Amino acid sequence: MDWAYLFEISLTGIASGGLYALAALAFVMVYKATKVVNIAIGEMLMIGAYLFFTFAVTFAFPLWLAVPAAVLAAGLLGAVIERSMIRPLLGEPPISVFMVMVGLSSVLVGLVELIWTADQRRLPDFVSNTPIMIGDAFLAPKVFYGALVAVVLIAVVLLVFRYWRGGVALRATASDPAAAYSMGINVPRVFSLTWVASAMIAAVSGIIVGSIGGISSSMGVFGLSVLVVVIVGGLDSVLGALVGGLLIGLVEALAGAFLGGEYKLLVTFIVLVLVLMIRPYGLFGTHEIERL
Amino acid sequence: MRIGTLKETYIADAALFDSRTQQVWLAVGAALLLLFPFMASDYWLYLACLVSINVASATGLNILTGYTGLVSLGQAAFMGLGAYTVALLELRVGSPFLLNLLAGGFVAMLGGLIVGIPSLRVKGLYLAIATIAASFIAHFLFANTAFTGGTGGLTVPPAKLFGVPLDTSFRLYWVIVPATVLMLLGGANLFRTRVGRAFIAIRDRDISAEVLGIPLLRYKLLSFGLSSFYAGVAGGLWAYFFRVVTPESFPLSMSIFFLAAIIVGGMGSILGGILGAVFMTMVPELLKLGVALLPRGTELTVFLSPVRTVLFGLLIIGFLVFEPHGLAEVWRRIRRFFHLWPFRN
Repeated sequence: MDWAYLFEISLTGIASGGLYALAALAFVMVYKATKVVNIAIGEMLMIGAYLFFTFAVTFAFPLWLAVPAAVLAAGLLGAVIERSMIRPLLGEPPISVFMVMVGLSSVLVGLVELIWTADQRRLPDFVSNTPIMIGDAFLAPKVFYGALVAVVLIAVVLLVFRYWRGGVALRATASDPAAAYSMGINVPRVFSLTWVASAMIAAVSGIIVGSIGGISSSMGVFGLSVLVVVIVGGLDSVLGALVGGLLIGLVEALAGAFLGGEYKLLVTFIVLVLVLMIRPYGLFGTHEIERL
Repeated sequence: MRIGTLKETYIADAALFDSRTQQVWLAVGAALLLLFPFMASDYWLYLACLVSINVASATGLNILTGYTGLVSLGQAAFMGLGAYTVALLELRVGSPFLLNLLAGGFVAMLGGLIVGIPSLRVKGLYLAIATIAASFIAHFLFANTAFTGGTGGLTVPPAKLFGVPLDTSFRLYWVIVPATVLMLLGGANLFRTRVGRAFIAIRDRDISAEVLGIPLLRYKLLSFGLSSFYAGVAGGLWAYFFRVVTPESFPLSMSIFFLAAIIVGGMGSILGGILGAVFMTMVPELLKLGVALLPRGTELTVFLSPVRTVLFGLLIIGFLVFEPHGLAEVWRRIRRFFHLWPFRN
């Protein structure tokens, strides 16, 4: 066993796990507030990346302008999605909402292919190419900086959840919408805000993922791994999203390195099935108590 | 207006097709199905076979998702199991064609039973994701085991029935459509039996069903098994129809297609499964025909595939937002209009 190699692989895995955690956070936020399983999360990442591509390449905006522009546009999209698809389906069975998200992901993929064609594109480089060395281990700079941004963003989101009034309102809505409403919290606005924030976070992770691996209309596959992450962690657990993200990132990297690339998805899905067999609500998810 | 439908026996009350009008229309439908191959062109026959296979598989999923309430995104994988079984039996064993189809169904059923095991503990959307996992594992096995032909897949020789090779859509029609009709009748009858009623009870509230004395695990597994049996037979037909089986033939998007079909058609209704599968299969084809009608020179064919993707999504969203009970409900409304015709206006 080559320990240096193992260390290097694990490091890459943890770094990409940070990206999973960020996208999973966007997912969990929406699930907590509106109980929607956002299976279109991968496609929302993709839209964010393509918006960034448009602003940065087509309109040739500088980086400091292109990123906020893309994030704001993605937020607008989030608001539109919430208003046009999620709100009308409030109280419908979860499977209906789930299928609406499936439909949404199909629409988004089709739109991307219509507007930007299905060709693979590259996002402009905006980090230096000097490799990052941690001890003796080499880490690709894009992955490193991506993970760094992810960690900072996750920390900011967690702090906002904890201390900002809006964050408190969100947690109140998540635990009991009716009680929150009677306490004067504008629940519909919380729903909208959550979707906007989630779409923005998704856009940021889309920009990072896109700058690492390029963007294409099949980028939504990333969403499948995110789905595994949130299921393993527990759909409504922020902690679960973080732990699950790191775990799946690590497992994927190790499987890719020691078994081969085609085993990546297989191993993550086997982990998923095992976790579900032992803990049906994920590692940290709330165990729903059913009453008749 | 509907008159004279009084029932004198319980048998008449529980009959599948209860009124004379319905029987007449069914006879007309059956006659049309019989005449269709003699009137239609090859292209339409090809479509009819494809629609028929999709109807069979969608009905299977409807048993599981629409009637038992277990959401599955593994239907395509079970079709794949059936297709691979049929292909391997045809190539390696050479057993008769109808037997292969049944074997395909049973192998898929076995797969369904295995995938169904977590369904007692895992519920709702967690289960849906678990079935995605199953379909990825199945895809991996298809692509990476020695006897499935790897990523290149298997080429299936045409089926032989009484020495006649079934190598055209016209000949296959006479196998595929009756098989589908048989499965549809089976499905419709299932829900008049004890087992079918148990499925419905589980869908409506599984804990209550258990209190009523329905063994949950057994019935949930049974539902998984039946549903995958349908998928397996449909997959077997698929293998004989396209004659090439590769791991990429049964992607996750196909499972999504079937789920979309029963939602658009109407969950928990056999008619809904039929309408949905027909509708979802025909919409992209009609779109293609529509584009072909447009004047040449307009470079619209490039946009065909993405427009199809968008339309697919919009149909799902549109139906769920505006018509959540699907086409079956539209159908019921039309029927009610005629039943109540001169009185309600």
